[in-house]
Amino acid sequence: MAEFKLPANSVVKKGKTWPAPKGATRTRNFRIYRYDPDTGSNPRWDNFEVDLDDCAPMVLDALIKIKNEVDPSLTFRRSCREGICGSCAMNIGGTNTLACIKAIEDVEGDITISPLPHMEVVKDLVPDLTHFYAQYASVQPWMQTDTVAPQDRERLQSPEDRKKLDGLYECILCASCSTSCPSYWWNGDRYLGPATLLQAYRWVIDSRDEATGDRLDNLEDPFKLYRCHTIMNCTNTCPKGLNPAQAIGSLKQMMLERR
Amino acid sequence: MKTSTNRPLSPHLEVYKPQLTSILSIFHRGTGVVLAIGSILVAYWLSAIATGPEAFASANGILGSFLGKIILFGWTWALFYHLCNGIRHLMWDSGFGFDISTTYLTGKIVLGASVVLTILLWLVA
Repeated sequence: MAEFKLPANSVVKKGKTWPAPKGATRTRNFRIYRYDPDTGSNPRWDNFEVDLDDCAPMVLDALIKIKNEVDPSLTFRRSCREGICGSCAMNIGGTNTLACIKAIEDVEGDITISPLPHMEVVKDLVPDLTHFYAQYASVQPWMQTDTVAPQDRERLQSPEDRKKLDGLYECILCASCSTSCPSYWWNGDRYLGPATLLQAYRWVIDSRDEATGDRLDNLEDPFKLYRCHTIMNCTNTCPKGLNPAQAIGSLKQMMLERR
Repeated sequence: MKTSTNRPLSPHLEVYKPQLTSILSIFHRGTGVVLAIGSILVAYWLSAIATGPEAFASANGILGSFLGKIILFGWTWALFYHLCNGIRHLMWDSGFGFDISTTYLTGKIVLGASVVLTILLWLVA
């Protein structure tokens, strides 16, 4: 059931403010969600004023600067810093994206940063993605075949069939889309969500895969696929510019066509 | 996803930026509910017709009052919005119009069309 209000232990309280260093002229305020599991107290909004003249351009750069110079306990995931690993997915200025490819100057006003929405928070900006990964595993995201593999070469694919994977294979499973989706917020226990469904479609339309029927059988369920109501938050927010809503639409069509 | 630990749930509705696409989706759900409730009004009016001239006159009096007309006006907009956006959903279900620019364009068309149709109906009726 949809619960629109946060539970009592999750209500975000007012936190501390860390002023900019003296003499800074071009500053921006970063309003960052903080939660410390060791204290057990409610999460809070901390404000960090950052001197932009002494900071690299991306939101992730500011987070790293804050961690290095102001508060070393600030916790977030990051790795590649170029939008390919998906680790630093978080809600920045109201939409989900990757902190490493989001420019500070592209956010207006105070820069509010919170963990991916409607997820259990491990610490600060780190959500628990266990369930998300389990859902991904449930669509068996690997090639499945019954026929014997050719002896002298790989399983080949025509350029036209390969083209069908464009816009799908680029997904880095950062979970931005799934956690932007109100349907996933309210029914995430049973609805697979846009990221997993886009991945499911990626295998369904792969010309080399031979388990198409089983894959569609697996989605024949009132919740797994059909909780998508084409709200479009997923496509609007995807930091890689992909279109999960379209992939889900294609899946729904395939389900219909095979009846 | 909330399980049974003491971990807090991260903010969702209060931080997520409303967008035309998501607002129109909530409208679709809302107008659906309004239409369901409004159909009780229609049933009341029809049963008044079946009951007799006095009942029909009193039902007409209630629905024809200023407040009644405002409610009916809102109901007709809900009807036309739900109808137009329903057609938009049919378009998606047949595999068209998923890219962002098209969803925004069709969304604006649906909004405009629902207002125009509502006003047209009230001018004609």
